[in-house]
Amino acid sequence: MIRVVLPAHLRTLARIGGELELAVNGSATQRAVLDAIEARYPVLRGTMRDQATQRRRPFIRFFACERDLSHESPDAPLPESVALGKEPFLIVGAIAGG
Amino acid sequence: MSGVRVLVGTRKGAFILSSGANRDRWEITGPHFAGWEIYHVKGSPADPNRIYASQTSGWFGQVMQRSDDGGKTWSAVGNAFAYDGVPGTHQWYDGTPRPWEFKRVWHLEPSLSDPDTVYAGIEDAALFKSTDGGQTWAELSGLRTHSTGSSWQPGAGGMCLHTILQDHHDPQRLFVAISAAGAFRSDDAGRTWKPINRGLKSEFIPDPDAEVGHCVHRIAMHPTRPNVLFMQKHWDVMRTDDAGENWHEVSGNLPTDFGFVIDVHAHEPETIYVVPIKSDSEHFPLDGRLAVYRSKTGGNEWEALTNGLPQKDCYVNVLRDAMAVDSLDSCGIYFGTTGGQVYASADGGDSWNAIVRDLPAVLSVEVQSLA
Repeated sequence: MIRVVLPAHLRTLARIGGELELAVNGSATQRAVLDAIEARYPVLRGTMRDQATQRRRPFIRFFACERDLSHESPDAPLPESVALGKEPFLIVGAIAGG
Repeated sequence: MSGVRVLVGTRKGAFILSSGANRDRWEITGPHFAGWEIYHVKGSPADPNRIYASQTSGWFGQVMQRSDDGGKTWSAVGNAFAYDGVPGTHQWYDGTPRPWEFKRVWHLEPSLSDPDTVYAGIEDAALFKSTDGGQTWAELSGLRTHSTGSSWQPGAGGMCLHTILQDHHDPQRLFVAISAAGAFRSDDAGRTWKPINRGLKSEFIPDPDAEVGHCVHRIAMHPTRPNVLFMQKHWDVMRTDDAGENWHEVSGNLPTDFGFVIDVHAHEPETIYVVPIKSDSEHFPLDGRLAVYRSKTGGNEWEALTNGLPQKDCYVNVLRDAMAVDSLDSCGIYFGTTGGQVYASADGGDSWNAIVRDLPAVLSVEVQSLA
């Protein structure tokens, strides 16, 4: 299982209490994780990535294992400790605006 | 018991202000969707329990919300706004072509007769329609693909479609307004469109009376007279008596004819309201005195309404979607400010009270008159 932490506003929108645990299809990648989140919570479609282009929204960041994975290919394998559920995959609203 | 429900969209959530017919005691709920920009909240004329809301965020994009119980509970509905076909380009601020790109929903206009049908005006300017209660959206692309579309440019606030008016007599006829393209009319339920800007003069564009390019801020209509429209343009208050074929200026004795809102009294089709703003670079009332101006003659002759409004040190703005009227016997007028006040008048504007004073900046105000 992959552990995912969503920003507070998206947890509110999807009515999620805390951390998510997800099984993904195939190898653990950003795309597979986002696909799994959106499949379980359709209300989150479009809030993290564009629905048509699948591009990450500009003020969304993906962190894990103290690394910024935002600019990695969506199909690149996630760190092993994320794939094994030892470390969470963090979806973060950038510190911007107000 | 009759009453009203005022639907307020703000920079940080939605609020619902409810009162009985006297409109003197208010119950306030919210923030709904706390932390999100709520550009517009509007109820269905066919079913007042059905309310639609546009929820948006620079981080998380567009979410659409629907309530089926008068705003007590909400459910997210569809938020996929895909332009029809390959969208092409419009002009950017520097004159270069720029691809159309969905940014947000500015305005929602529920159908007059069907609670499941609702129009959405979006940025970059286009008109969408849902016939399934907001679950899915389809573009009425004849507007964006009008031959002038590639020349449209954004106003300072973005290239938004902010006004949608339905003809109460002719369901085939729709009006929209876009900043800064101008006003458009469809006579075939949104399939094809024509610019209706003859008579507008905008000194800030190269050709002041061009077919398109005018920064229309708001258009208002009285339901019984759909051919008569009132417009607050960037500068100038305008009027047409022939469904937009010809406009003429009715700014008359207004102290400044810049502003954003305009609305029509529910029972007096020649009584109209504006909130004059000092200028396009000074978005606040003249001399720090907030005033609604009323004309009972359909324009030209205006009177200041200030009873109950701050008359010193007031430097708020009133944005284009932030005025509404109810349809109770004594017509109520409502407007919200960027300072977070929502003012109400239960006597057609003669006197005003703040329902609430300290909300986030108000983006939109609508009112439902409840039986």
